[in-house]
Amino acid sequence: MLEITNIQKTFNKGTINEKPALCGVSLHLKPGDFVTIIGGNGAGKSTTLNAIAGVWPVDDGSIIIDGENITGYPEYKRAQFLGRVFQDPMTGTAATMEIGENLALAARRGQSRGLRWGITRAEKEQYHEMLKVLDLGLEDRMSSKVGLLSGGQRQALTLLMASLKKPKLLLLDEHTAALDPKTAAKVLDLTNSIVNKNKLTAMMVTHNMKDAIRMGNRLVMMHEGQIIYDIEGEEKSKLHVSDLLAKFEEVSGGKFANDRMMLA
Amino acid sequence: MNLIALNPMTLFSALPGNIAQGIIWGIMAVGVYMTFRLLHFSDLTVDGSFATGGAVAVMLIINDVPSPVALLAAFGVGLLAGMVTGILHTAFGIPDILAGILSQIALYSVNLRIMFGKANQAVSVDKYYLLVSLRNIPKSLITGGIFALAIIIVLYWFFGTEKGSAIRATGCNPSMSMAQGININSTKVLTLALSNGLVALSGGLLAQYQGFSDVNMGRGSIVIGLAAVIIGEVLGEALFGKRLNFFGRLLFVVIGGIIYYIVVGVVLWLKMPSNDLKLFTAIIVAVFLAVPYLRAKSQNSYAKAAKKGAK
Ligand SMILES: Nc1ncnc2c1ncn2[C@@H]1O[C@H](COP(=O)(O)OP(=O)(O)OP(=O)(O)O)[C@@H](O)[C@H]1O
Ligand SMILES: [Mg+2]
Repeated sequence: MLEITNIQKTFNKGTINEKPALCGVSLHLKPGDFVTIIGGNGAGKSTTLNAIAGVWPVDDGSIIIDGENITGYPEYKRAQFLGRVFQDPMTGTAATMEIGENLALAARRGQSRGLRWGITRAEKEQYHEMLKVLDLGLEDRMSSKVGLLSGGQRQALTLLMASLKKPKLLLLDEHTAALDPKTAAKVLDLTNSIVNKNKLTAMMVTHNMKDAIRMGNRLVMMHEGQIIYDIEGEEKSKLHVSDLLAKFEEVSGGKFANDRMMLA
Repeated sequence: MNLIALNPMTLFSALPGNIAQGIIWGIMAVGVYMTFRLLHFSDLTVDGSFATGGAVAVMLIINDVPSPVALLAAFGVGLLAGMVTGILHTAFGIPDILAGILSQIALYSVNLRIMFGKANQAVSVDKYYLLVSLRNIPKSLITGGIFALAIIIVLYWFFGTEKGSAIRATGCNPSMSMAQGININSTKVLTLALSNGLVALSGGLLAQYQGFSDVNMGRGSIVIGLAAVIIGEVLGEALFGKRLNFFGRLLFVVIGGIIYYIVVGVVLWLKMPSNDLKLFTAIIVAVFLAVPYLRAKSQNSYAKAAKKGAK
């Protein structure tokens, strides 16, 4: 479903701030793969997801989704293949627009937008049903502005938007990091159910090792712009946090200081 | 000032003319509303494109083009002007204010060319059929009102369509818009084009109304447009609060233009020097822009916190 081959990205090339962020990342995902990505600060996790989403072009390497080479596509054009949820709950939704309008925008991802109605009556009914499933009471607030919602509600809505038009790949970048533990757990459950129900292929960055082991069928560890560990299936489900820690210390020379990595 | 010399009747008799002018400027302000409020883009092109609209309309009319067609052409040239600003901004990375200023300056020369090198060109209502004219104020009120209403209805529909929603999303959250597959460069260019089209159309109407186009007629128009937008917003929200929908907002922008010109009428009636009008307008806009900010700040201020914390 996703084939990224040897992608490279250096920021601020030729300046004093030159920073190689991706140094030959390759990853092949089969349809239905749900991979969790872990690694220390600055390892290149977000950069990998941004490279796939096309936030900027990569320096080298190729990105192929479902057989289509999208390496040269700008961000808005790649959106037709991708669902995205960001770390900051403010990023994924339009605050001054209504809940229904946000969903309607997402429903048209990958379509040309013309002079038909931005949201139809039939859609409103459909969204009402979908929001009911979230069990957050949003179905009765369809015409409220999204800016009035809490962070957790916004992330839940963004998840719904990301999966409304079944994406070929769902990109989740620490999408629960800004939420309180209880809300984070809820949003993670929702993530699991949406991925499973729609049989989505997904990548999820997290700093929580337990979540990384518990969720998905595959786990990838990154360090200094490279994938240093890739494990799946049976083997992955048998992992313990201590295994990951050992692995991490092995590559990073034991220095674990000042990292956000959660051990619990 | 000799207050006794002020005759209320002159103020009253000037009122319809002020309203007619206010409607025409209100249309201009609706264009400003699209960029300033929906796209969050401060577009200074309008000072140039307003005069362009006037120049195009007048030159076509005195060359025997029917005035409705001339006005349509003004709209079209305004579209192009807005497109240029949009392309300077999106394709060449020039910041919004600067992109607008570049277009505005360029348009000054273009406008002179359109008027065959003259700073102004007259169009007499005695010789040509004009849509609006200060010599026929009742007709101007009706025609201007119909134009304003039609434009509001079309925009109300347009911003409810897929394209219009994409524009609103672009202004609100560019990252989210791109993630939903919206080409934000093209929505920005489109909005700037439509906005300047309306501004030029309004310039075309004003030139007919006053009977001439002038290369300087757009100077400071962005501030007048903003004044109308802000006055309309403050009034609309005061009267209708949360019930003010998008149609109401657009309507109140035009009403803002009318109020602005009524105030201008009063100022002139008080025999205040008309040279000070722009200073006066700038102060109004600055105050109205500052008030919401200061109000929020006073509810949330360090000084207040210090006072409470000191107890
Ligand atoms: N747009 C950018 N410009 C310059 N440098 C960048 C940019 N984006 C990322 N970097 C740098 O690239 C490196 C990788 O960053 P990235 O955001 O991918 O890390 P991460 O693995 O997501 O870390 P974290 O866990 O802190 O989110 C970092 O050194 C970062 O400073
Ligand atoms: Mg990151």
